[in-house]
Amino acid sequence: MSRAALLVLADGRFPAGGHAHSGGAEAAVRAGRITGAASLEDFCRGRLHTSGLVSAALAAAAALGADPVALDAAADARTPSPALRVAARRLGRQLVRAARATWPCTELDALARQFPKGAHQPVVLGVAARAAGLGPEDAAYCSVYECVSGPASATVRLLSLDPFDATAALARLAPELDVVAHAAADAARRALADGVETLPAASAPLLEIGAEAHAAWPVRLFAS
Amino acid sequence: MDGVTTAGVRATARIEAGDDGRGGTSLPVLEGQGPLALRRVRGGGSEARVMLVGAMSGPLGGDHLTVEARVGPGARLRGGSAAATIALPGQTKGEARYDVRLDVADGGELCWLPEQLISAGGSELSVSVRVGLMGGARLVLREEQVLGRVGEEPGRLTSRLTVRRDGRPLLDQELACGPGAPGGWDGPAVLAGHRALGQLIVVRPEFEREMPAARPFGEYAALTPLAGPAVLVTALAPDALLLRRVLDNALGDLT
Repeated sequence: MSRAALLVLADGRFPAGGHAHSGGAEAAVRAGRITGAASLEDFCRGRLHTSGLVSAALAAAAALGADPVALDAAADARTPSPALRVAARRLGRQLVRAARATWPCTELDALARQFPKGAHQPVVLGVAARAAGLGPEDAAYCSVYECVSGPASATVRLLSLDPFDATAALARLAPELDVVAHAAADAARRALADGVETLPAASAPLLEIGAEAHAAWPVRLFAS
Repeated sequence: MDGVTTAGVRATARIEAGDDGRGGTSLPVLEGQGPLALRRVRGGGSEARVMLVGAMSGPLGGDHLTVEARVGPGARLRGGSAAATIALPGQTKGEARYDVRLDVADGGELCWLPEQLISAGGSELSVSVRVGLMGGARLVLREEQVLGRVGEEPGRLTSRLTVRRDGRPLLDQELACGPGAPGGWDGPAVLAGHRALGQLIVVRPEFEREMPAARPFGEYAALTPLAGPAVLVTALAPDALLLRRVLDNALGDLT
């Protein structure tokens, strides 16, 4: 495994369109639930332990070679909000394009063929990690990090929050990112034996409700 | 029942509903056990109604309660409970478990509308609701959780709701809250201080043709079409009364 390949995949500048999404932060800022660095950190913590864990486990399972079709159905069942399902598929489609150009392989080609409208992004992320020679922990780390870095950088723009404060919040979350990434990889290994339905399903009601409200806004800065 | 032991109560209640061949629904199996007593109550039209009556307090720590209901082809069952279920701390250490298994055959219909689950301070409860539907089954299922009695910190509650249709996952949601739950559960991404939360899932084969559109119900609830012929209403509220009002409104809109 190449440690540098992990940096390439995890880089926020990897051309997969993630910067257009706030991970629910735009809705939370508008609703007054994120007002500064402390509430941003709490938002990210809640997201990390819910949809973050779920996404990371899906990514890790895909990196281990679990069936992407079964994983995509599991992702659908764990995403009640249609706005979030659409966003996840759009991000998945963009990521599969970037990943095929970066790490050409038959598995990514097959994934693009099977899901012309895009598979859920964590599933694509896991297959991309596999194509890059990375393992389930790597895929889970990429996933949990983007789960918190997305809302943090969005909040810097939305609230004109000091970027140093936002980055410090991410650094304070680092030990929990480690815990969740390893838990996700462990869950993915168990799911290979016990079936993908045993993957984590932690949910965050306000992320789902907020995403639907956000999708109905006439004007917004972020796609989700 | 296996009896009340130091390890807690083990009890299972079973319901089977079938088409009685005369346009109604029969209940060939209606077995309560221990704290789970079942009563058939007067039903409306072709449906059979069953009420779960708590015969003991709990679940308490260490208890393991199971409720199983099967609805056969053409049968219609409505299940409810006489009062809220209160999870309480037990004398034995360890969490209580409450498992609900619901299966509905083609042409069967299940309305499962229990009263709230209240997570009292100091309690530890893990709830699992698993629903298996055949393609032509209809379902209305409501779940409401209240975190703590009035003015009380909640106990630890983990609740997973899984619905499968023709063996495929339709909905899989878990919520963990209270002391010891993963961080951020009460924060701006998850509950933001709300103490009552609910889910209402409605599965109807005719949604394959025409699916209700996603819509918000105020700032803290939304109806969302799932990736199958089903909708989910997710709602948060300051208390149980306001929560019920939102879920009733949403259900009224669908019928």
